[in-house]
Amino acid sequence: MKDIREDIAWAQINNDVLKSLENPRKLYWVILFIAIAVVGVAVGCEIYQYNMGLGVGNFDNPHMWGLYIASFIFWIGMSHSGTLLSAILHIMHADWRKPIYRFAEAMTTFSLMTAGLFVAVHLGRIWQIYFALPYPNMRQLWPNFQSPLLWDAMAIFTYLSSSILFLYVGMIPDLAICRDNMHPGWRKKLYTALALGWEGTDRQWRNFRVTYLTIACFLIPLAVSVHSIVASDFAMSQQPGWHITSFPPYFVAGALYSGCAAIITLFIILRYVFKFEEYMTMAILKKISRLTFAIAMVWTYLVWVEYATAWFGNAHDHHLMIEKATGTYAPFWWMMNFCASVVPFVLFFKRFQTNIPVLFAVSLLLNLGMWLERWMIVAPTFADGYYPWTWDHNQWPSLVQWGIVFGSFGWFTMLFMIFCKIFPSVSMYEVKEMVYHRKLATKKLQATANLAAAGKGAH
Amino acid sequence: MSISTLFADYSQFRHRHPDGDVPHNPYKWAMAIDLDACSGCNACAVACYAENNLPVVGREKFANGQAMHWMRIERYWDQDGREFPDQGARYLPMLCQQCEAAPCETVCPVGATNHTPDGLNSQVYNRCIGSRYCSSNCPYKVRYFNWWDYPTTDNVWPAEMNLQLNPDVTVRGKGVMEKCTFCMQRLRAAESDAKTQGRLVRDGEVQTACQQACPTSAISFGNLVDPESRVHKQWRAQQVELDKHEQAKDEEAGGSDLRGYRIYEWLAPYPSIMYMERVREIAI
Repeated sequence: MKDIREDIAWAQINNDVLKSLENPRKLYWVILFIAIAVVGVAVGCEIYQYNMGLGVGNFDNPHMWGLYIASFIFWIGMSHSGTLLSAILHIMHADWRKPIYRFAEAMTTFSLMTAGLFVAVHLGRIWQIYFALPYPNMRQLWPNFQSPLLWDAMAIFTYLSSSILFLYVGMIPDLAICRDNMHPGWRKKLYTALALGWEGTDRQWRNFRVTYLTIACFLIPLAVSVHSIVASDFAMSQQPGWHITSFPPYFVAGALYSGCAAIITLFIILRYVFKFEEYMTMAILKKISRLTFAIAMVWTYLVWVEYATAWFGNAHDHHLMIEKATGTYAPFWWMMNFCASVVPFVLFFKRFQTNIPVLFAVSLLLNLGMWLERWMIVAPTFADGYYPWTWDHNQWPSLVQWGIVFGSFGWFTMLFMIFCKIFPSVSMYEVKEMVYHRKLATKKLQATANLAAAGKGAH
Repeated sequence: MSISTLFADYSQFRHRHPDGDVPHNPYKWAMAIDLDACSGCNACAVACYAENNLPVVGREKFANGQAMHWMRIERYWDQDGREFPDQGARYLPMLCQQCEAAPCETVCPVGATNHTPDGLNSQVYNRCIGSRYCSSNCPYKVRYFNWWDYPTTDNVWPAEMNLQLNPDVTVRGKGVMEKCTFCMQRLRAAESDAKTQGRLVRDGEVQTACQQACPTSAISFGNLVDPESRVHKQWRAQQVELDKHEQAKDEEAGGSDLRGYRIYEWLAPYPSIMYMERVREIAI
């Protein structure tokens, strides 16, 4: 099974990808419509919450954080696989990433934007959110540089701006192709402006390569640091269940995990909606499935490390651990463990690694597990923290909170779908490269085989 | 605007009091609560509501855990095998412990909560953006968040009711964190009075609202740096020291006659409130 057909003509690649900008299947519009409707609901919830105060979310004294922070971690985590595919695998010269890294990188950008929204939604006073940024002001009022939340704000902004830049720079040659193939209209104008006068000269290609590689190298440590910092929100605090040294690697592994699962979901959707069967092939899907399985095992190991730390930790950690497994949150906790540690074993079997319906279901379940995992990190610590006086009280998130959380999925889907319709979601120039290199490699292999057959033996 | 602000040593703003033997500030406000004297009457909580303009949230929100009682009385039933009317209970007045190494201070992204030179853990309402990280990291859960817009939308003080508000204390809007201030408005008034008269605040000159209302004088409050103050004598008598996280009482093998302890001392937040444990057997 080959990653890509080696006899696709370059013009064919252009045609196929440019078509995705014009006529997707009807499903595209259905998804977009649903996404926008869900965003509408969330906007309604947010307006209500803004006017009434956060009480409408059913928060109370011990339960200070809820689904917003859980979803915030989830979306930050989601953003990591784009970087994995586009930057890490780029540096490792894994060329099977080429047809799929564009949409993964777009996923990075949009999930970061979604995560950023949750920071705002979570705040009691959204209108003062800029206080958390180190902006120069006459009163020399700085934010608190010791607070992990401030590190968060900085890390997210850096990561977001770098990944937007990376997405854009990697797209310039493709934008030039779009520009050259479009009829006059707003699209033509847009691509002309964005392509920055790309002509494909040798000098431009050389500069482009260097820039792309530089940003890729810059982005990798950022991706690791951003989720380590999100982990620090918890690890740096004093609370049972949070104050655990293994949190940063655990969070990074979880991030790559949920990101890979999301890539499978979007892979399957895009493949169908934009008729990318030629490019998003089964061989590539198989590779992502294996990658996801490997990361799932790393994550499972780390989650057991967390349990062991809590179990052998102090009395409060121990108590919390037991409460998680038997208390109010037990159904969700067990579901999380099942979805994220047991379900990935489906990917262990070869026949499921390329089975689209199974993979689609599995990838959704994995992400459900990963979302629950974040919730199970945030919520139980509030319910069964240090102070016994707060233990008798349970608080469930209200519909307003759920509405905003569901809305975030709509928001992400909406941005992603609009992006795929305006920008080529398969990297044309890199697929051409890939086809070319593969063809060359096959030819070499054949030549060697011929020589060997003729008894001339290449070593 | 100087870059040195960015690299300032923040720990210097959080030193414990007194630093060595030399108090760097003439005041370090502290409290001692005698649980033997506490009858759980809730007068302190009521006084706090009146003094600090705390919104009365109503039955529904109270049941929902959204009450705003800076001073709360916690009730723990005695497990003595007796049924409700005869069952004994223990009470614990819980308020902000004004920790010297407060977990809430380091985590606030905007520095809305920080330490004052006289040892209070202050909350700047205007600076607060409502991230609620402080409360997440508070081991005592004594920080209260304005989940609702009490003064306006909820209309907690309708019509003339707002005339009973304490003019020395702000009314907080929605989305900010608040907590016990050790009646900072009274402290500031007393401190500036004393300053204009060229002396220090005398012991007993300033009382917190809860202390004032306590019918059994379970609460004493004062300047820990002043060796003559009541609170200092109580701390001294119980051999409780501010900058230790294990006290003589814990170290003594086979039980101790000392009663003084501080809650979650082993987490090393260095709380400013010493509790004296209850020794009587039967509830009053």
